Amino acid sequence: MSTATRESTQPQPGSEEDLLVDVRGLKVHFPIKKGVIIDRTVGHVYAVDGMDVQIRRGETYGLVGESGCGKSTFGRAVLQLEPITDGEVHFDGVDLSTLKGEKLRTHRRHMQMVFQDPLGSLDPRQTVEQLLLEGMRAHGMARDGKAARDRLSELLTAVGLPKAALSKYPHEFSGGQRQRVGIARALSVDPQLIVADEPVSALDVSVQAQVINLLGDLQDEFGLTYLVIAHDLAVVRHISDRIGVMYLGSLVEEADGQDLYDEPLHPYTRALLSAVPVPDPGVEDAREQILLVGDLPSPANPPAGCRFHTRCPWRQETRCDDERPELREVQIEGVPGSHRVACHFAEQIASGELAMHSVEAVEDEPYWAGPEPDEDVDSAGFAARDMPDTGG
Amino acid sequence: MTRTATTSTTTGSGSGEPLLSVRDLSVTFGRGRRAFAAVDQVSFDVRPGQTVGLVGESGCGKSVTSLAIMGLLPARGNTVTGEVMFDGQDLLRLSQEQLRERRGSELAMIFQDPLSSLNPVVPLGVQVAEVLQAHKGMKSGPASRKATELLNKVGIPDPTRRLKEYPHQLSGGMRQRALIAMALACEPRLLIADEPTTALDVTIQAQILALLRELVTESGTALIMITHDLGVVAGLCDQVNVLYGGKVVERAERHDLFSRPRHPYTGGLLASIPRLTEERGRRLNPVPGSVADNIPWEGGCAFAPRCASEVEACRSTTPELEPDRDGLGPDRLLRCHHPLEENPLDDIRTHQPEDTEGGPA
Repeated sequence: MSTATRESTQPQPGSEEDLLVDVRGLKVHFPIKKGVIIDRTVGHVYAVDGMDVQIRRGETYGLVGESGCGKSTFGRAVLQLEPITDGEVHFDGVDLSTLKGEKLRTHRRHMQMVFQDPLGSLDPRQTVEQLLLEGMRAHGMARDGKAARDRLSELLTAVGLPKAALSKYPHEFSGGQRQRVGIARALSVDPQLIVADEPVSALDVSVQAQVINLLGDLQDEFGLTYLVIAHDLAVVRHISDRIGVMYLGSLVEEADGQDLYDEPLHPYTRALLSAVPVPDPGVEDAREQILLVGDLPSPANPPAGCRFHTRCPWRQETRCDDERPELREVQIEGVPGSHRVACHFAEQIASGELAMHSVEAVEDEPYWAGPEPDEDVDSAGFAARDMPDTGG
Repeated sequence: MTRTATTSTTTGSGSGEPLLSVRDLSVTFGRGRRAFAAVDQVSFDVRPGQTVGLVGESGCGKSVTSLAIMGLLPARGNTVTGEVMFDGQDLLRLSQEQLRERRGSELAMIFQDPLSSLNPVVPLGVQVAEVLQAHKGMKSGPASRKATELLNKVGIPDPTRRLKEYPHQLSGGMRQRALIAMALACEPRLLIADEPTTALDVTIQAQILALLRELVTESGTALIMITHDLGVVAGLCDQVNVLYGGKVVERAERHDLFSRPRHPYTGGLLASIPRLTEERGRRLNPVPGSVADNIPWEGGCAFAPRCASEVEACRSTTPELEPDRDGLGPDRLLRCHHPLEENPLDDIRTHQPEDTEGGPA
C-alpha cells in the first residue's frame, strides 16, 4: 500500500551488510527436572527453538508474540543472560558464545536492557545518581569525577528528567518517570544495542506515548539499535522498521513494518491482527475477526510439523502435521523479498485458493503440565466469526 | 437512543427503564483535611441489555465506583454517599445480609486478575457449584451438573475434567472463563466487569470479549465495562463515560465519542495511542504530565494543568457536567469550559483500509 511516505519519517537503517546482531539457529531449552534425591531430566521446555534474526545497525526490530511464545527468553539469550543450547549470536562481528568471564562482562557495555517493570528493576535503596553511576563505574567510565557529573546531567536531559532527580529514590517517581530512569541507566554506558522488553506495557496510555516518543528521539540522537519485545501490535508497528512474529519458539513471519500489517501472510499473524481492538467503532463493527479457539500448546510438548497446525483454520491434511515449514520468501506479486513467512500454503491462502475451515474446539494440555504425550489431546479449535455490520 | 420504547430491540443498545441508576455517588477516603474523594458525584444509568463503559487511567476512580456499587469497599476508612438504585432499592442502604443475597444472584462481578479471585485450594467445580447451592438452594448433584453446563457455555473444553482441577492448573484465559461462568451461574441481571481482559493476550481477549458481547445480546444482561483500553470500548460499549480525577468528564454514545471527542482529555487519550489504521511513524501526541499534576476540583478543573486548551475559568470555576452546548444531542454530557472544536484525530486518520463501510449511520 503506501510505502513511499514512510521512508521520510524513519531513520535510515544501515546497508544490508551492516549487521549489528546476527542470530543463527538459536535454541534455548530449559530442562524439566523431577526427583527428590537424584535430579532426573524428564523433558525440556523448548522456549526458543530455532531463531534466525538479523538486526541492522540503527534499525528497530520489533518482536511480537503472546505470552509463553519465548520472546523474552530470546531477548535475554541475545544478551547472554540465558544459557544457549545451540546456535550462535554474533554481535558486531564477534561470536558472543566464545566470550567468557571478564571479556563478556566488558562486552556487555555495548548491549543494555530496559525492563517492563520500572520499579522492580531499580534498586529501591539507591538514588538515581548511584543507579546511573554504578554501570559507568563497572565499565571504567566514571574515573574523572567532573566528566561523570557532566555525563549524568546530559543523561537526565536526554530522557527528560529534572536535575533534582539525581538525589531521589525510585519510589519518589511516577511510573513514567521511573521508566525514564531505567532508560537513562541503559544509556549511561553508551551502548549500541538496547533490548527493550515490554518497555511501555506497565504504563498508562498517555504516559505510554511519552515513552514511545522518547525512545524514538534517543534513537535519532545516539544512533541506537533497538530490539523491542512487546505483545501490543499497535505499539510495535508504530516504532519498528522490521517486525518478527513469534509463535511457540520460532518466527512464523518477518517483514518490514508496514508490509506486515498491509498483507499478513501467516494464518497466525492474520488472527493476531484481527484480534487487536481498534479504537474506532466504525472499524470495529465492520471488520471480520478470526477468533482462535484454545490456548497456546505446551512448549514442553510442541506439536509436530507446523507449530500452529493445531489451531490453524487453513490447515491441510498431513503436510502441515508432519513437515515443519521454514521461513521462506514467497512468490506473490507485490510482496517484497524481505517479507518472509513460515507457512507451506502462504501463496494459496493469499490468492484465496484455500478457504478457511472451522476446527472443533478440543482440549489442550496447559503448557506447564509436563511432557507426557496424551493421545486424545492434539488439537484446539477455531471458529470464524463475522462481526455484525451495523453500518448504514 | 430511543427513550420511548416503541421500536424496540436495537440489538445490545438496551431499552426501557434503567435497571441500575447511580446518582451522585461519592467515595471519600480519610477524614478532615486528609480526606480524598476517589469518586466524586458520579451519576449514570444502565438499562437491561445495555453495555456502559467506565473509561480512564489508573487513579481515576473507575474501580472504586464498581466496588461501591457492589458494596465491597472495606467497612472502615471510607465514606460512601449518594444513591445506587437497583430494581427500586438503594443498594447503599441495604444491610450486609441483604446485600449478600443479591450479590452473586442478581449482581455479579468479574475482576482483572482471575487467579487471585479464585480460591487456590478448592477445586474449580466446588467453587462454581457453591454459588448455585448458596443462592438457588440446589443439592450438590444437580449443582455440579449445572456447573458442567456453565463451563461448556463459556467455551471450556472437557468441563468434567476441568471441574476437578485447581485454579493453578488452568491457563489465564481459562481462569477468566471460569470466573465468567461463576458470575453467570445465577443469571444475574447486572454484570460488572473490571478490566476483564487486561491480563490476557490479544487472541484470548478477543475470545472473552466475544463471549461478553454474546451474553449481553442473548440474555439481556446489563453490563458495566471498566477498562482503560479505548479499543475494547470501541467494540463493546453502547455508552461511554470518561472519568478523570473521580468525576465523569464526558459521556457519549460510542460512535459519537470516537468521531467527535469534545473533552480535551478524551481527545488527548485518543491522540496518544498508536493505532493499526494510521500512517506509520506519526509522532504521538501524549497528554503532558501525569495524574500527579492534578489540582483539586474545588479550585477549577482537575485536568487544567495538563490541558492544552486551558482558559482562565479552568483555574477558578469548577465545570459542571452539562449537555453539550454545541447541540450534539441530549445524550452527550460534557464537563469543560473550553471544549475541543475540532477532532484531533482528523489529521491522523490517513491509513484507513479502503473497504471500511460501517460507520455511524
